[in-house]
Amino acid sequence: MSALLIAEHNNKELKPFTLNAITAASQIDEDLNVLVIGHNLDEVAKSSSQIPNVKKVIQIDNEIYENYLAENFTSAVIKNAENYSHIVCSANTFGKNLMPRIAALLDTSQISDIIKVISADTFLRPIYAGNAFATVKSNDKKKCITIRPTSFDPAPTSGGSAEIVKVDAGEVNSNIKFIKREEIKSERPELGTARVVISGGRGMQSGENFKLITAVADKLNAAIGASRAAVDAGYITNDHQVGQTGKVVVPDLYIAVGISGAIQHLAGMKESKVIVAINKDGEAPIFSVADYGLEADLFEALPKFLEELNKLNTIQK
Amino acid sequence: MKILVAVKRVIDYNVQVRVKEDGTGVVTDNVKMSTNPPDDNAIEEAVKIKESGKAKEIVAVTVGEEKAQETVRKALAVGADRGIHVKIDGIIEPLAVSKILRKIVDKEKPDLVFMGKQAIDDDCNQTGQMLGALLNWPQATFASKIEVKENSLEVTREVDEGLETIEVNTPAIITCDLRLNEPRYASLPNIMKAKKKPIEQINASDLGVDTNSRIQVIKVEEPPKRKAGIKVANVEELVQKLKNEAKVI
Repeated sequence: MSALLIAEHNNKELKPFTLNAITAASQIDEDLNVLVIGHNLDEVAKSSSQIPNVKKVIQIDNEIYENYLAENFTSAVIKNAENYSHIVCSANTFGKNLMPRIAALLDTSQISDIIKVISADTFLRPIYAGNAFATVKSNDKKKCITIRPTSFDPAPTSGGSAEIVKVDAGEVNSNIKFIKREEIKSERPELGTARVVISGGRGMQSGENFKLITAVADKLNAAIGASRAAVDAGYITNDHQVGQTGKVVVPDLYIAVGISGAIQHLAGMKESKVIVAINKDGEAPIFSVADYGLEADLFEALPKFLEELNKLNTIQK
Repeated sequence: MKILVAVKRVIDYNVQVRVKEDGTGVVTDNVKMSTNPPDDNAIEEAVKIKESGKAKEIVAVTVGEEKAQETVRKALAVGADRGIHVKIDGIIEPLAVSKILRKIVDKEKPDLVFMGKQAIDDDCNQTGQMLGALLNWPQATFASKIEVKENSLEVTREVDEGLETIEVNTPAIITCDLRLNEPRYASLPNIMKAKKKPIEQINASDLGVDTNSRIQVIKVEEPPKRKAGIKVANVEELVQKLKNEAKVI
């Protein structure tokens, strides 16, 4: 049997995390096919076919898929699922929204958010906001798996030449209508894949004060993150939230500023290679995961930090 | 309009979860349990819709052991009209929960089903979407804003890229995000009143659905611990360490 990976894309190009999911899926089964569903997405199919791990690309192009509605995607996936032992997708909002619908119709108990492939039926996944790791074995014939992208390296993007097969669309669900998407465009690296992330919490006290974070982020070419408290308070938009119910990030350097370190936040960042915490409360739990803790008032420390960075001859980008 | 709200009893979000020494799960004895936090948002939203005159009845349902009833009782105390407790012991997977909920939907015929977007214990994020598929209803997951219209809802969803707005015709499934609203606390008089509201008990085994585990938990272990870090005296030292010791800038 083989694995079928559902690609996430924007109808123009693959989303970067699809490459991480491809790595995981090809660890599950080397005979990996990729399913690209969307509208006017020839480029996406083509770039998928160039990934060396991919053996075949199945392309479904129809206007009903333009906005990735799970109801319509589900029918398209089910129509093409028959010959596969595993259906795989990234565990981001796209995959979380979609995969359980597929699993339910295939009568399969989905395994969400795996961080390691142990064998074709056994996987490691975090539970309780990453406070425990569970090794779980699926006894279903067909397995539906979502993958935590940051736990796998991205697959190479060139060197392959898989065949592209075009197939017909599935059913359309007329009870759902896409209205709009408000994407926040930024010149910065994407939060999920940035080498450096600097995040602000409730301690920032206002959205205006995030300019202190922005200045350091500019210097380090970092993505900007936030705790749930900062997003709830309206300091910054939801797409910046790091944590159990936000994004999981694993940068080389994570700088937590004015973040106390609730377990729900730690769940989204504690696998980072190097963690820095800047907080005036020396007892804050964030210090328990920090490699370098600085007990200081962030309003003094951040400008000083920028000043010291400016003194360096070189900064890694 | 009638709204069915599904709630789950989980280890309280403030509890530091500990793994059992025998590796079979996490410690739940003498541990504080609460309603799954986004399920509180689901109840709150249903109550707000009822208060606005757009819903007539709210039914709270839970699936689990005897004590899971506490979450239904809490939902009744903040405004649900009656409760249903589907009794079943042990670990129950989202697929089985969604099959049980489907039976409850068949019986109750709600116009909307609300629940939290994810349970903070198993972090599966599946049940709402699975129920949507089984019923062939549209879904609006990760809802952070809901506007009730004539025969539909306009829902703003929190997605990785930002916000997305969709319209779903009723009947529909909505899974709620933490930013949807601010759940209220139950007042003492309402807690007393809730004790008189009915909770129907149903045995899961009487519903004729397959609730057997498909996933075998082989072991549960502590995640690898991070090496203890150090405190630096000042910003200069921090930058120097990041540059020369960690070599990350």
